[in-house]
Amino acid sequence: MYIILVGGGKVGYYLTKTLINEGYEVFLIEKNPIKCHTYSERFGSVIMQGDGAEAATLAAAGAARADVVIAVTGEDEDNLVICQMAKEKFHVGRTIARVNNPKNEELFRRLGIDVTVSQTNVILSLIEQQIPNLPFVHLMSLRHADLAIVEARVAEHSPILDQPIERIQFPPEVIVTAILRKGGLIIPTGQTVIRSGDELICVTKREREEALQDLLGI
Amino acid sequence: MRILIVGCGRVGGLLAGRLVETGNDVSIVDANSRSFRRLPEKFPGRVVLGTGIDEDVLRTAGIEQANVFVAVTQDDNTNIMSAQIARNVFGIDHVILRIYDQARAAVYRQLGLTVICPTTTVAGMIEEEVLRSTTAALRSS
Repeated sequence: MYIILVGGGKVGYYLTKTLINEGYEVFLIEKNPIKCHTYSERFGSVIMQGDGAEAATLAAAGAARADVVIAVTGEDEDNLVICQMAKEKFHVGRTIARVNNPKNEELFRRLGIDVTVSQTNVILSLIEQQIPNLPFVHLMSLRHADLAIVEARVAEHSPILDQPIERIQFPPEVIVTAILRKGGLIIPTGQTVIRSGDELICVTKREREEALQDLLGI
Repeated sequence: MRILIVGCGRVGGLLAGRLVETGNDVSIVDANSRSFRRLPEKFPGRVVLGTGIDEDVLRTAGIEQANVFVAVTQDDNTNIMSAQIARNVFGIDHVILRIYDQARAAVYRQLGLTVICPTTTVAGMIEEEVLRSTTAALRSS
């Protein structure tokens, strides 16, 4: 697999290093000639000085045969254009953009970027998961399908307590995939009865989250 | 017409002044407050300090009411991103942007944006003048 990285900041540097160690064919494009010189002493000739948004630079880096282009510069507008140029001009199958302003994640996906990574959002969701007693936590967003995996604790006053799942009217497009009960994991069937304190792992459409929270009494 | 211009450089400033004179409602956005010195005195339009790639800044500048969007900052990629926000997020039909790099200009023109590429335009004009003067020289010799 051939991977082109654009942007040799800290993220780009460690990504290059890690991907090389894992045996991938990697090529890094960085604007700053001093950084390029330092890196090429460390990594060998897998670095090129240039502007990754320029077609000529991407062509010289072999974008036409790249499987993945990853843009990790500090500027969102540059990351967007790098990925779009890779897609439109060189038909790269998979583009990954680092998003500095978390608000841009959705925009980038709408504009055709395959994967977006927002450090702010990643750290935020890790913090959320570590806060005890939070009744509703996003474990993962599957943004392309507008789906999310959530962990939700059934409240004491929820109408679904002591009822088997088959008799509960969950909102449409919500599935209970697992139940955490007193440290144990239950893969539920229709007959599984919901108990007080259960934590449900659900796959849900984004727009159904509110209805699900209402049902669980959150 | 309600026109939103991102970038108050020489082109943006001049354009804002002209469009106001012809009776348009103009808003202009720039990330640097010093850029607004290029606007005519007593500029009646809205002036917003901020980056043109931030949806909130564009909202403050009245993008939701705009009929025409123009992106003319010094940076090609900023223009490209803000033009796509205008078209894809706010649904503006008339989006015009400047891209200096001709390769990028071709790609985004193909994606349906109205791209002005000064590099090719100016090179073409100069080429025409050069050809004209060489033919004139040939004729007179």
